Amino acid sequence: MTALLDAYAPTDEAELSGIVADHFRRASPLCIEGGGTRIENTAQGQRLSTARLSGVVTYSPGEMTLIARPGTPLPEIEDMLAAEGQALAFEPPDLRGILGRNGIPTLGGMVAANASGPRRLLAGACRDHLLGLRFVDGQGRILKNGGRVMKNVTGLDLSKLLAGSHGTLAILTEMVLKTLPLLPARTTLICRDLDEAQAVRLFSTALATPFEVTGAAYRDGTAYLRIEGLEKQLTYRRDRLLALLTDHDPEVLDDAATVTLWRDLRDVSHFAGLAAPLWRILTKPTEAPRITAALHTLGGQTSLDWGGGLIWYAGPGEATQIRNIATHATLIRRAGVTGPAFPPQQGATARLQQGLRQTFDPAGILNPGLMES
Amino acid sequence: MTIAMPAPDQSVIQRGPQIIAALRAILPGDAVIDDPQETRAYECDALTAYRCPPLAVVLPRTTAEVAAIMQTCHRMGVPVVPRGAGTSLAGGALPTADCVLLGTMRLRDVLEIDTDNRFIRVQTGVTNLSVSAELEPHGFFYAPDPSSQLACTIAGNIAMNSGGAHCLKYGVTTNNLMAATVVLTTGEIVQLGGPELGPDGLDLLGLFCGSEGQLGVVTEATLRILPRPEGARPVLIGFDNAEVAGECVARIIRSGVLPVAIEYMDEPCLRAVESFAKAGYPACSAVLIVEVEGSRDEIADQLARIRAIAEDLNPVEFRESRNADEAAKIWKGRKSAFGAMGKLGDYICLDGTVPVGQLPFTLRRIGELSQQHGLEVANVFHAGDGNMHPLILFDANTPGDLARAEAFGADILRLCVEVGGCLTGEHGVGIEKRDLMGDQYDPADLAIQMEIKDLFDPQWLLNPAKVFPLEASARFRQRAAE
Repeated sequence: MTALLDAYAPTDEAELSGIVADHFRRASPLCIEGGGTRIENTAQGQRLSTARLSGVVTYSPGEMTLIARPGTPLPEIEDMLAAEGQALAFEPPDLRGILGRNGIPTLGGMVAANASGPRRLLAGACRDHLLGLRFVDGQGRILKNGGRVMKNVTGLDLSKLLAGSHGTLAILTEMVLKTLPLLPARTTLICRDLDEAQAVRLFSTALATPFEVTGAAYRDGTAYLRIEGLEKQLTYRRDRLLALLTDHDPEVLDDAATVTLWRDLRDVSHFAGLAAPLWRILTKPTEAPRITAALHTLGGQTSLDWGGGLIWYAGPGEATQIRNIATHATLIRRAGVTGPAFPPQQGATARLQQGLRQTFDPAGILNPGLMES
Repeated sequence: MTIAMPAPDQSVIQRGPQIIAALRAILPGDAVIDDPQETRAYECDALTAYRCPPLAVVLPRTTAEVAAIMQTCHRMGVPVVPRGAGTSLAGGALPTADCVLLGTMRLRDVLEIDTDNRFIRVQTGVTNLSVSAELEPHGFFYAPDPSSQLACTIAGNIAMNSGGAHCLKYGVTTNNLMAATVVLTTGEIVQLGGPELGPDGLDLLGLFCGSEGQLGVVTEATLRILPRPEGARPVLIGFDNAEVAGECVARIIRSGVLPVAIEYMDEPCLRAVESFAKAGYPACSAVLIVEVEGSRDEIADQLARIRAIAEDLNPVEFRESRNADEAAKIWKGRKSAFGAMGKLGDYICLDGTVPVGQLPFTLRRIGELSQQHGLEVANVFHAGDGNMHPLILFDANTPGDLARAEAFGADILRLCVEVGGCLTGEHGVGIEKRDLMGDQYDPADLAIQMEIKDLFDPQWLLNPAKVFPLEASARFRQRAAE
């Protein structure tokens, strides 16, 4: 067995399967690691790294598909796609800054976390771009689901279920992702001196237009709207939006500044320097003003993404207080806070989730407890 | 009839009167149908070669009524077959003689339209087209648009994860579904997802969408809505070589222009369309219809790019539409293709998907298989995403012809899997592709899917004998029967 410091680091699916089967027999837990750049893995167990399950299997720009292994560094993938004028449209965030980590984000970690950035609003989440995968379940079985084509309804769709399962159901060994053409031009409209309620109203207005706003974020009293497209398309859309938002007297940002701005917004860089715990809260956008106002009474700061549908909260609020204000709150940066990171599930949903865990991982050895309350 | 269904459970059929009485006790009088004259209307879906009247039909109007039905059937050990509008081409709503068929068509209410948060919440018996019609005054639409959209329901769309011509840009049902109210086999009601862009736990909604009625019955849905584009315009591109048409598709996709639809029709299809619809298509080997959206200038810009790509490949014709009439004329042949094929005789319609780069090879190979099987085939399909729709022509009145057509179809689907594709892109497995699942998935790949089915439906009462090969599911069903 190949060792990486004190962790297992299998180099192929068969070796991984052997390790997991052995741990299954002994009911001995495993702590699965990608690049270690996403949510903190609090699972107790023998460490298992996917770092050496690495490499691109196939990249077909004409078919808009990428097949790669989980340990493949995400920056390498992004460079390779950019060279062909393509990208992962869901814009996976890089959370190293806010988490204070220095690993390399991996493709497997991205899928396991269903990591999706500002463009999720229009383009969908990581799971919407996952066409198929291979994985090893908690008994060490080597399995596959989905395929490499855009449309596939053959049998149950396990790709969606495994995306965002944080290694608690299976260890991914190969994934097929849809790639999309990189839009050649972009700009940002900036509207200042707005409160959250005004910003969300502005977002709702802009997002009801056919101008395909690909980013709608808010921080420090300023709302940002991003549009992307072919050159002529962009000019037209910009002018129409400027006319629509004339009361707010928007500023216009150029292409390069737009790239930098949205990278920062994507990575929540504005909260990187703070020591406070960081929460990611999902909501119906029009609820965001109520939620942020309530969070502010606990102290700390908020920002918005996804047109108000995603609230970032950096502050001292207690988990129970925060979840009383908004149920869909996930703790991203613990900063000393203990307790479950994911929002507790109730009733039939909790029972089904537990049942699925037992189906995929009967001995409870894959990242045990990571997603549980 | 080559697809076997298990023998119905005689003990259920014998208890028929008690089961119907129990259903009548919990539902309004007109919601339970057991008159054989009337249940006959539900004996098949759009895969009409397979028919079987159910024990009874129930037509609930509320989630609570669905829950009561499920609870009763669960308690009495009665199989339940959910049905939307019965437009499944795969036999996804085929009843069994021992089942209660649960139709969603009276779940007709639009519950909420929220344009600020960009969703619509509906009962799932509403039709696909009526959702977009409801949204039209608000300037929004619902993107998935299966060709049966006039009739098909949201319940069926969710069960089959339906697509349509425009999913190249907007995705299929699973990409546009935000939440669902699901009734489990026990009658328990569970909410999956919500009006937020989730999930933040395991994606049960993603698992449920496309599960073909194996896991539960969906009674309400929250759907993502999109602002209507300012305009849309198709172009028609004719080629005298099918492979070049395939190359054109790949080049358009690579170029960065993302059309909302790229449709493909081959020569046999073009001939049928010309005979019956007189759409004025060029006589050639392959026609592409490419549609782009946006303002007038945006459309012009995108079409100029597409023209440049196409002209490098020497098309027979590149026809733009200058107005709505001409646009409609370009779509006319495509939209009448299935009807035109129907006039040539009986057909079965497949929907295997292949990687776009494999389209030319797959088309050539289908042509060879057509000669081997001695049956004609026409191809009309969503080329942008490789979702093929070979139509195999046969004569239902000739003994053995259906079996030959099915054998030919199975060969085509195996071919799709061989070149890296799948058995079904949007129609679902149903009974039609059930016995081919082993060609795409290894036994263990199917086992984990059936273990999940077993978790949701331990008695295996929901939509029996669909999706999973009977041989593979035997051990689960036997254990459930014990």
